[in-house]
Amino acid sequence: MIDRYRWQEVLGLYAGIAVFLFFVLAPFIEGFLVSLKPLAQLFSTPYSFIPKNGSFDAYFTMWQSVPALGMHIFNSFFISSVVTLIVIVIVVPAAYAFARFNFTGAGLMLGGFLAVNMFSGAVLLIPLFRLMRTMGLLNTYWAMIVPGAAFLIPSSIWLLRTYMLRIPRELDEAAWVDGATRLYTLRRVILPLAMPGIVVVAIMTFIGAYAQQFIFALTFNSKTEFMPLPIGLFAFFGKQEVIWNELMAASFVGILPVMIVIVFLQRYLVAGLTAGAVKQ
Amino acid sequence: MTSTRSATLFALALLAPALIYILTIVAYPLVDTILLSFTNASLRADYDFVGWANYQRIFGAGNFTEVIIRTFIWTFFSVSMKMIIGMCGAVLLNAAIPGQALFRILTMPPWIVPMAIGIFMWGWMYNGQFGMISGLLQNFGLIGGPIAFLAYGDTAFWATIVTDVWIGVPMVTIYFLAAMQSIPRDLHEAAWTDGAGRFYRFRRITLPLMVPAIITMSLLSLIATFNSFDIIWILTQGGPSGSTTTMIIDTYKTAMGSRKYGEGAARAVVISLFVTIFCIVYFRAVRRLQQGEAK
Repeated sequence: MIDRYRWQEVLGLYAGIAVFLFFVLAPFIEGFLVSLKPLAQLFSTPYSFIPKNGSFDAYFTMWQSVPALGMHIFNSFFISSVVTLIVIVIVVPAAYAFARFNFTGAGLMLGGFLAVNMFSGAVLLIPLFRLMRTMGLLNTYWAMIVPGAAFLIPSSIWLLRTYMLRIPRELDEAAWVDGATRLYTLRRVILPLAMPGIVVVAIMTFIGAYAQQFIFALTFNSKTEFMPLPIGLFAFFGKQEVIWNELMAASFVGILPVMIVIVFLQRYLVAGLTAGAVKQ
Repeated sequence: MTSTRSATLFALALLAPALIYILTIVAYPLVDTILLSFTNASLRADYDFVGWANYQRIFGAGNFTEVIIRTFIWTFFSVSMKMIIGMCGAVLLNAAIPGQALFRILTMPPWIVPMAIGIFMWGWMYNGQFGMISGLLQNFGLIGGPIAFLAYGDTAFWATIVTDVWIGVPMVTIYFLAAMQSIPRDLHEAAWTDGAGRFYRFRRITLPLMVPAIITMSLLSLIATFNSFDIIWILTQGGPSGSTTTMIIDTYKTAMGSRKYGEGAARAVVISLFVTIFCIVYFRAVRRLQQGEAK
């Protein structure tokens, strides 16, 4: 560091960071505190930030209030896992093609994939609905998986291509000279070297798939048994009142695994986020 | 590598799954939207070609023009706030102080957590009688009575923007932070030796060098914000009395709510036209920035 901070500056920085992080984390802090409060306390005035007689009761009672809750959490995982699998299988060869071969139309195709990224599923909802209906996929897992994967493929191709460009070409060429076929080179030379990049793409895809499960699930599926967590949570919205404490508890249980992923893999995430900043 | 014919065929074979997938699930629906927008398609199985009728109807009533203007105002404020707060966050997280790594991790949850869940939490915070924002403001005596933020047009409009900003800020912050760190350190050192203060260096070195990052991020953010659906749908469903109805929400209501596929498709086409314009601007900007780098 060139110049040191004076203590007033350090204090100012911490104050700034505190305000910034409060904005970022307030909903989670409040959500967690709500999950600890008894329901009666939530609906009483004056408002109190800190729970009185806080307990983890909601984390136990929520499974009875919404019996399908466990299934919703499982569905979210299942859908994201299959989406990730599809994306990886499709993206790895495509990224390799873009990283290594100069063919006519490559630039145009890359641009096309980038443009796809700019369209949200919400705009294409009507034809997608028709397509899912024609293919007989409405009210199945596939109605959420198939379109979900489509909107994650383009950014993943860009991200992985960038990574593969960093692998020296001499390695492929050496394998060629030794008489390896193109497919063999891809499998035995490139794939192992690209593994860290593939892992980043897989993590980003999984998180993306998990985070974006709303509109397709809302529109293409009405069966409880296939509902992912974000839609399943609406079950806590009763006719009379919303069971807020259990809703928050269920939210936390549902996002806990993703939170763990952040803590352990944040290095990869920052790298991936900045390299592939093509989708918000 | 050799660009022989067999190499091209191999590359195309590798690309085929991706191409087929995107053509089926994105390109075909896009074409279908355009075709549908000229029909009176609804829940009934059969429908007819109606020419420009849908477009005349949505622009004739004046209602949709209002929605377009609202969408742009909504997007403008959301994106500007994301950029400003993201920049402040990047400056703060770039400071070499203890806890830096932890603070960076703590920035990420809104980006990583399923959007809908974060929005539910905001829904509670905006609750007039028992929510945190109204509650705390009352406890500190800043407001006299409870404010149900989502119940009135003006407050609902801003409430949905704040939530959208909240979701977008982590991404912007991390991206700006990365851009900031790629600025060569000797520039700052040289300026420092010449006696330039911290603020001066930020204004004269950091900020100008971050212009490409700011342009890229604002355009990407613009497109994402323009397409924002979940936040408004969960918080207000476009209400109260249309005050948060953006183009996406309006399209969804027309198509999926009223099952007027043709009219909905016409709206979707208008959205797509705007997105296409943004894309062209984005590609141009990226190309110009790359050329700038090459020089």
